[in-house]
Amino acid sequence: MPAEEFHEWLRREGRIVIVGASLAGLRAAETLRAEGFTGSLTLIGDEPYEPYDRPPLSKAVLLGKASPERTELPRRREIDATWRLGVAATGLDLAAKRVRLADGDEVPYDRLLIATGVRARPWPKEDEAQLDGVFVLRTRDDGVRLHRRLNASPRRVFVIGAGFTGSEIASACRERGIAVTVAERADAPLVGALGGVVGAVAADMHRENGVDLRTGVMVTGLEGDSSGRVRAAHLSDGGVVETDVVIVSLGATRNTDWLEGSGLGAGPRGIACDAGCRAFDFRGIVTDDVYVAGDVARSPHALFGYQFLSLEHWGNAVAQAEVAAHNMISAGADRRPHLWVPAFWSSQFGVNIKSVGVPSMGDEIMITQGSLAERRFVGVYGHQGRVIAAVSFDNTRWLEFYQRQIELGAPFPVEYPTVDRRPEGRKPVPADFPDPSLPTHGPTVILSGYSPADRRLVFTPGRH
Amino acid sequence: MRLVVDLNKCQGYAQCAFLAPDVFTMHGEESLVYDPRPEKEHRERVTRAVAACPVRAITADGLRDAPAGAGQEASDAR
Ligand SMILES: Cc1cc2nc3c(=O)[nH]c(=O)nc-3n(C[C@H](O)[C@H](O)[C@H](O)COP(=O)(O)OP(=O)(O)OC[C@H]3O[C@@H](n4cnc5c(N)ncnc54)[C@H](O)[C@@H]3O)c2cc1C
Ligand code: SF4
Repeated sequence: MPAEEFHEWLRREGRIVIVGASLAGLRAAETLRAEGFTGSLTLIGDEPYEPYDRPPLSKAVLLGKASPERTELPRRREIDATWRLGVAATGLDLAAKRVRLADGDEVPYDRLLIATGVRARPWPKEDEAQLDGVFVLRTRDDGVRLHRRLNASPRRVFVIGAGFTGSEIASACRERGIAVTVAERADAPLVGALGGVVGAVAADMHRENGVDLRTGVMVTGLEGDSSGRVRAAHLSDGGVVETDVVIVSLGATRNTDWLEGSGLGAGPRGIACDAGCRAFDFRGIVTDDVYVAGDVARSPHALFGYQFLSLEHWGNAVAQAEVAAHNMISAGADRRPHLWVPAFWSSQFGVNIKSVGVPSMGDEIMITQGSLAERRFVGVYGHQGRVIAAVSFDNTRWLEFYQRQIELGAPFPVEYPTVDRRPEGRKPVPADFPDPSLPTHGPTVILSGYSPADRRLVFTPGRH
Repeated sequence: MRLVVDLNKCQGYAQCAFLAPDVFTMHGEESLVYDPRPEKEHRERVTRAVAACPVRAITADGLRDAPAGAGQEASDAR
């Protein structure tokens, strides 16, 4: 069948299966219908819930402004789909075009979208991770459990890892008057994502809000009492912190285990795909019927040297799902590239933190607006003479301008006069990112290599 | 009624917090906190907030007059 005719048929009566029924999966399904797909649509999700939003779980929910059970995502339109919720996909047969399910069923497809996201990396010592009072925060169930425990007035909460999620949790606890200790291996919070210059500001924010912040330390073990409840955390500097709640915020692992042996280019760093969201097989050859979107995807971005970007960003999941869905039912020339400029927000200690671009690629940073001391600023990151990213603290209205600069490949150091630049912003300084070969707690952008079959990168918690 | 705010787009203009203060509140100078599942009694006010947001950052369903995602069909990618 010629391509045009095939896509005509596919749009009319093809079978599309989406694995992962969360943000990316839902938005892709809606886009398919909005673009006129009238065939059969199946959504498979291992969580027993309708798609819900995760960002409130570490913010509005912990602040008591929303219920962890009620963050379901609004629908943009009817999708008329078969939902298979509460059942995991356990395998993929690329040749037969079938997805295997945990309950033994097999679901055939003409086009498959994989949007299985990531899961929280658990505390590596299994017996300690099992202790009562040890939590991670990724899912609605995690949110319900943590919420309940925080409502029971713990004496102290101990957060392992000061990435975005860990910092947001610490912030919410402080706002509720709960004592918090945060342990971070790097020298400051958010260093993996934003570098040491901005990390120092984040450290001040923690301390000013009464967080007992311990940096440059590793947690060596968690100790339980005789009834199996956690009672203390042990640190590499010999410190012992008594606590009754431990929240492990050590970043995430891609949900790709179910694809092992399938022949797709899937591994611990995600599933590699081209800029049109088509998955690569392990030989590096692009497939034409398997697509990827959201946190589980790694895709090359022209603006960032064609590096494969893995983005754990809400906005990326939405934008990539839309592009993937469009391309799934479009013939060659109508396909679109996913060229979204990475963007992220976080809210902690009453400060609105946002970024655009890929800060972790920056070698240097310039404060072009406001000042670090005032916690109200824009920092611009440069790489090889170009503006590559920007971050704002309570200064969001400027970010759109900087996004444009990134898209235009504007020169760095920036030369334009800005409205309220202070002396500290006249000169670029090293952005101070940690050695990329060391695993960090929570960079939200991970730059990875070129080989889709590369499985060499393994997280080594022993160092931690 | 379910709602979500694209906080990448949100500029913290606070129109929504002004129009539906029980659902949207400012937290600090420009961070927005909201209830993603407001009670029915807030429907009128949420509908107005959705329409008033200058950057169309709010997506809601279950609103009476505005069908799901009125004006929100456009891509979230900018
Ligand atoms: C606490 C928290 C706070 C956050 N805050 C922010 C923020 O402030 N800003 C921001 O930009 N982003 C934030 N994020 C990230 C954002 O939520 C994610 O980028 C987004 O959820 C990605 O959507 P996704 O659909 O790609 O993946 P996910 O939401 O991870 O969904 C994947 C789904 O697939 C399911 N699944 C996995 N394996 C299988 C299988 N084998 N079979 C069937 N189903 C499977 C999973 O259970 C899950 O339901 C936050 C995330 C968390 C957890
Ligand atoms: S009106 Fe829109 S831009 Fe303003 S705070 Fe509300 S959501 Fe954000």
